[in-house]
Amino acid sequence: MSTQKLKEIIKQVLPDVETVICWQEGYDKLNVTPIFITSPEQVDQVVWNPLCAQNLASYLPSQKKKVAVAVKGCDSRTIVQYMQEGLIDRNNVVIIGIPCKGTVSKKKVQKAIGNEPVEDVTFTDGSIKVKTPSGEKTLALADVCPTKCTSCQFPTPIVYDQLTGDAIKSDKPPESVYADVTELEGKTLEERKAYFASQFDKCIRCYACRNACPMCVCQDSCIAETRDPHWITQRNSLDEKVMFHMIHALHLAGRCVECGECERVCPMEIPVAKLKKKINKEMKDLFDYTPGVNPEDKPPMYTFNVDEAKIKEHKL
Amino acid sequence: MSEVAPKELRIVGFLCNWCSYGGADTAGVGRFKQPTDLRIIRVPCSGRVDPMFVVRALLTGADGVLVSGCHPRDCHYTDGNFYARRRLEMLKRLLPFMGIDDKRFHYTWVSASEGQKWQQVVTGFTNQVHALGPMHQK
Repeated sequence: MSTQKLKEIIKQVLPDVETVICWQEGYDKLNVTPIFITSPEQVDQVVWNPLCAQNLASYLPSQKKKVAVAVKGCDSRTIVQYMQEGLIDRNNVVIIGIPCKGTVSKKKVQKAIGNEPVEDVTFTDGSIKVKTPSGEKTLALADVCPTKCTSCQFPTPIVYDQLTGDAIKSDKPPESVYADVTELEGKTLEERKAYFASQFDKCIRCYACRNACPMCVCQDSCIAETRDPHWITQRNSLDEKVMFHMIHALHLAGRCVECGECERVCPMEIPVAKLKKKINKEMKDLFDYTPGVNPEDKPPMYTFNVDEAKIKEHKL
Repeated sequence: MSEVAPKELRIVGFLCNWCSYGGADTAGVGRFKQPTDLRIIRVPCSGRVDPMFVVRALLTGADGVLVSGCHPRDCHYTDGNFYARRRLEMLKRLLPFMGIDDKRFHYTWVSASEGQKWQQVVTGFTNQVHALGPMHQK
């Protein structure tokens, strides 16, 4: 593991920055929470293991001073997208890149161990061993990883100042990224309608997906909650829930970096990212654009071509 | 011979002030026969049309939504409809994915002088929506 290297790098960059944002152990071994390091004594609390799923890059737009942040490959796309949209100043961020072989979904582990209290968690190559009062259970990482990891294209960060280990190349085919979207597209209109109705009906409108979303930069002025304009009401109906998810999807059109935070935090296990992935797939087709890959790109909805090569006029 | 008129549906039209709204006016002045299902909302530019206007209309009772602006390159504000074109195309592709027939949504370009074309657009789109029937079963 590159935890030792990570700690060394943090100690090295700490004098130049206000804060280093990294991960630390939470209230038990299965939980990892962010840590904001301001003094060298805190560095020993830093952990790095597959449970470090949270996208720490989300904290960057709200930082006023120079900070360092630890990112996985998928998180680095967030930074690239922030750079494209001018939301951060690259000179004010030190990026500590971590080549990542895949994260673990806490929820999937908890399900596998029957929600028992966790006494200890250890990692061996390719598996996670969880100790509970009723015994030990070993799970393969591939079985408990979030869906995004099964089609990861960027195991190594795209932008970084320091790297904690050797760069890894993705071994997943690029088509696998939108495999779930393609599968849904193969169904009939009615089936898709029923699918989304059943999924979005579970929504309790806690807005956790929005709060966790790195690209939802409006936060407290989100139109899902403002009274003026009053886009959605407090009514607990399917239409209002769908409308909320449409707000989220449309405001992320061509911006979603597929970090999977929305699905990670959803308490109802709704596939929140599906609509956004569908839009991304269309953006790839229409404008050959993938969010968060090249800092020089311009998000497709921020610009236009006078003659659009792929947009044909629709006939009635 | 008596003809029973089909039940009217609710179609919302977002028309830009400078071209399509004028085109609809031209069609009216020219006394072209048009279906009466369309309710027009005048917007300053097709670039003002947030895709969420369309979604909100469809979710809250409209059976179809029509967006019409100036022809590309003819925008009163130079580039409003270029942005609109990208947004609306994105929406056109997203709607069927979430289970809303994309035939219920149409975007097009009609200039202020094209009264005849406006009549064809309204008639064509209204027939298309009528073929699908009401969106919300009451």
